[in-house]
Amino acid sequence: MTISGVALLAICTLIGVFLGDLLGVALGVKANVGGVGIAMILLIAARLWLGARGLMSHGLKLGVEFWGALYIPIVVAMAAQQNVVAAAEGGPVVVIAAVGALLLCFGMVAILSRLGGANETMDEIEARSAAAREAARVAAGDPA
Amino acid sequence: MTAMLTHVFAANALLTAFAVVGLVMWLSNALSKHLTRGRVHGSAIAIIIGLAAAFAAGLWTGGEKGVADIPILAGIGLMGGAMLRDFAIVATAFEVDVVQAKKAGLIGAVALGLGTVIPFVFGALVAAAFGYTDAVSMTTIGAGAVTYIVGPVTGAALGASSAVIALSIATGVLKAVLVMIGTPLVARFIGLNNPRSAMVFGGLMGTVSGVSGGLAATDRRLVPYGALTATFHTGLGCLVAPSILYLAVRGIVGG
Repeated sequence: MTISGVALLAICTLIGVFLGDLLGVALGVKANVGGVGIAMILLIAARLWLGARGLMSHGLKLGVEFWGALYIPIVVAMAAQQNVVAAAEGGPVVVIAAVGALLLCFGMVAILSRLGGANETMDEIEARSAAAREAARVAAGDPA
Repeated sequence: MTAMLTHVFAANALLTAFAVVGLVMWLSNALSKHLTRGRVHGSAIAIIIGLAAAFAAGLWTGGEKGVADIPILAGIGLMGGAMLRDFAIVATAFEVDVVQAKKAGLIGAVALGLGTVIPFVFGALVAAAFGYTDAVSMTTIGAGAVTYIVGPVTGAALGASSAVIALSIATGVLKAVLVMIGTPLVARFIGLNNPRSAMVFGGLMGTVSGVSGGLAATDRRLVPYGALTATFHTGLGCLVAPSILYLAVRGIVGG
């Protein structure tokens, strides 16, 4: 049933937002603290639990994945109702924050991806698996 | 005739929103394919169109809610409102494969952590430098430098003003667009030619549309690895930005 997926998603979201509100009160913050993140963790846990018991039906998946697929359009709708006129007045903040964050992250990728020595590239992986297939074919005595 | 049509649109506000956003997505994907040869993702173009429309509507109506201030487009406010937004964001967690994610290992986790904290701190500092010195605004703009999803989720949770949320979305969108365009240009210099560096890349950059677009333009085979860690990035950001990071900022600058 598709509605079971939508219901699962709704239950996880409601619990997550509720726990986020509770956490906010507990921490003395007038806000929802990580409710969406908690809901995501609940959904991941629910998926593992249902999968392990063979309860993951096509309808259930469809009900959740439909809303996942709508996430970009909903973000577009969200972008379209913001106070962009006010944001434009703060123009340089956007450009400096975005470009700076990007350059810092590119730099970190360069450092982290070199940690632990050289890695097999995609080309090498493909060449190796092609060679392995070839060897298996020869070993199997396949004339072609 | 026009009045009747207007009535149909206004009476079915959410359906009008679906139709309008659907047309924008279709147009954006066509522009992405034919104008940029897929280099800039359709989703990024659509978001830019959304922000541009909000800007134009803001100038026209003088309101604060972008196109939602135009009566026949009021449904956009419902579609992009907090309820459906949270619902759809949570749904994306369903695609996370825990077994695959474990393969990213320690380095992936390190990249994820750094990919959240580094842009956040930088964004918050830039915000403070431009006079947004209250904890809520600094946190929201810092979260926007993480991704354009984490920014508004954080801003909405903390009760930031619409202008600050718009700044944080704009920062995240600009970052996503720059990731898409810049990745193929810097790929060679940052060692982006193997699954492990792709996972590091996804974890650090975060923005799923930026990462998948940028990797697709670099080497299609790297896309699933980058998208895997990038998916966690949004969840992690939504979890820590309005909580731990906000409390840290508030602890430093005060209420």
